[in-house]
Amino acid sequence: MPTLQEIALKTAGVDARIVSGHRMCAGCGIGAVIKNVLAASDKPVIVLNATGCLEVVTTIYPFTAWNTPWMHLTFENAAAVAAGVESAYKSLKRRGRIESDINILAVGGDGGTYDIGFQALSGALERKHNFMYLVYDNEGYMNTGNQRSGATPFGASTTTVPAGKFSFGKPQWRKNLVEIAAAHRIPYVGQAAVHNTLDLYKKAQKGFNADGPAVLAVLQPCTTNWSFDPALTMQYSKLAVETNFWPLYEIESGVVHINTKPSNRKPIEEFLKGQSRFKHLFRAGNEHIIAEMQKMIDDEWARLLKIEESGIQF
Amino acid sequence: MGVRKAITGAEAAAEAMRQINPDVVVAYPITPQTPIVEQFAKYVADGIVDTEMVPVESEHSAMSATVGAEAAGARAMSATSSQGLALMWEIVAATPGLRLPVVISLVNRALSAPINIHCDHSDVMGVTTLGWIQIFSENAQEVYENLLLAIRVAEDTRVQLPAMVNQDGFITSHAVEPVEIFDDALVRKFVGVRSLNRALLDVEHPKSVGPLVLPDYYFEFKRAQEQAMSKVFEVYREVGTELSAITGKQYPFFETYRTDDAEAVVVVLNSAAGTAKVAVDAVRAQGKKVGMLKPILFRPFPYSEVRDALRHVPVVGILDRSMDFGAYAPVYSEFRNALWELDKKPATQSYIYGLGGRDIMTTEIEAVFEELLSGNLDPEHQRYIGLRG
Repeated sequence: MPTLQEIALKTAGVDARIVSGHRMCAGCGIGAVIKNVLAASDKPVIVLNATGCLEVVTTIYPFTAWNTPWMHLTFENAAAVAAGVESAYKSLKRRGRIESDINILAVGGDGGTYDIGFQALSGALERKHNFMYLVYDNEGYMNTGNQRSGATPFGASTTTVPAGKFSFGKPQWRKNLVEIAAAHRIPYVGQAAVHNTLDLYKKAQKGFNADGPAVLAVLQPCTTNWSFDPALTMQYSKLAVETNFWPLYEIESGVVHINTKPSNRKPIEEFLKGQSRFKHLFRAGNEHIIAEMQKMIDDEWARLLKIEESGIQF
Repeated sequence: MGVRKAITGAEAAAEAMRQINPDVVVAYPITPQTPIVEQFAKYVADGIVDTEMVPVESEHSAMSATVGAEAAGARAMSATSSQGLALMWEIVAATPGLRLPVVISLVNRALSAPINIHCDHSDVMGVTTLGWIQIFSENAQEVYENLLLAIRVAEDTRVQLPAMVNQDGFITSHAVEPVEIFDDALVRKFVGVRSLNRALLDVEHPKSVGPLVLPDYYFEFKRAQEQAMSKVFEVYREVGTELSAITGKQYPFFETYRTDDAEAVVVVLNSAAGTAKVAVDAVRAQGKKVGMLKPILFRPFPYSEVRDALRHVPVVGILDRSMDFGAYAPVYSEFRNALWELDKKPATQSYIYGLGGRDIMTTEIEAVFEELLSGNLDPEHQRYIGLRG
């Protein structure tokens, strides 16, 4: 396992797989996610990118920030495109037309993964294509200005489910993508967060090296639509883990392992405060929403601990 | 000389695919296309081909994976019908923009609603504006040869556009006919292998495929796509000549049948052209000069060649197996456009027939000739063949 400094060196300079010159928002963590994940591959990587922030900011023609083979087709099919690329790779390799060993990475935001790309992802996992699917999860359709997705948390105000006189924002809890992915009995599923580079890198390495499909879900706080100071992206990512809102864990060959167990989990308010999407929860009369959210988080955490302790395989 | 086999249109498509032995075939079942991918899957299972076969979970993913494989550098094929093509539509539209020469079989079937599994052309006519080369086949023999032709035309460096080879659902796809299958080695030499020049798998030369293109360049991309489409005519002729060396047949943009001295001609696609030929012979036997024109290459559309072929004909009846509700039917529109430039234009009449698999009889086409020759025409309104009163 390389040191932080070694990882940083791999992600810098003109030889990196994605280079500077992209148009990400100031404070956006997607750059850090994709750079660190790509650096974790010891083979060339072909990237299949769903429509979304990453695609839009890295390729406005005639420019590209990609120094590795990259393709975007549409929104809901990065996993299906990856399946096609992997099949082509197997076929051309078998026929002796190519020699290189490669890794294949499909990448999308939460909209392109939890929602519109869900079927293609499930199909590709079920067929056991050898690829890694990376979701950078900013908890909504952030490229188009904060619309609700299946990854948007309970209580968040979005433009399609705004908080109002009769609404506290999203009334449902988010989908658990990691467990759904693990239900496909794939060799590796990891949940990481942008601030923890070593953990993210290690998980990406495991995903690339898995014998079969892997899914890596990475929390990526959106400075633009969660509306916080762009200097605080890593801080919010860290708070999401310290409050157990976004536990760092992995499921290797069906076995759950929690990577970080906060000794003193912080109250969820610490993560919520300063984010415009949760501002309404701090108004008088909405205390029960935060309390309900806290209970859900604690229940989910207790459940996760139990699964880990039991050793039961997914 | 090839070997004659008694096979269906679907099996003829699978035979072409067996000889092509694509790097990747992506499959999702839909009636009446299913026997193509079933037959091909059997070839894979028996080791007759060494294609990587990907049985996906929807047609949207089928076309997505086909496009992914093609972008990676593979020669990738698929097949679909009707609702399947409709579900693929988004990716069908994106494929020519990425200049990926995917070739698929389209087994023509009516679109819902009402749901119907039988033949008409409403599926393909919904995608003719999207930039695919469209080739139509009268029978199983043509299905087989058109697929071989399509691979080479699509992949030609001057073209690099996807192609769809059409056949009529059930009528062609499920009917057994004698089909001459040409020598495997000759066909394999003819189709060759796809170049890896633009491949994602050429990892030493990374490329970005499918970037965001804004108003400053999008227009030029689309213009380049149109220019590539205009090259299809010359490439189609050249590739056709090469294929002739194996098959001994000609590969024109359309087929004319007894049109030289014809006083009335019907235009009809796919399997109904066979029916029309019988009707032409029957009407000719009565001493009336009639003929038929069967479009084969429908996109790009050979306007000037069609115009030249019909300029001497007094009246042309155009038969469509789909409608464009509130507008002229698709094939009729093309022929009206093609004839517009002539100073002395043939009279035209639009007919709709065979929707949802309704049979068309030789006697009905004979009646069309009677009507065309009688001068009782109403070019502003389409007429219906075989519709219940």
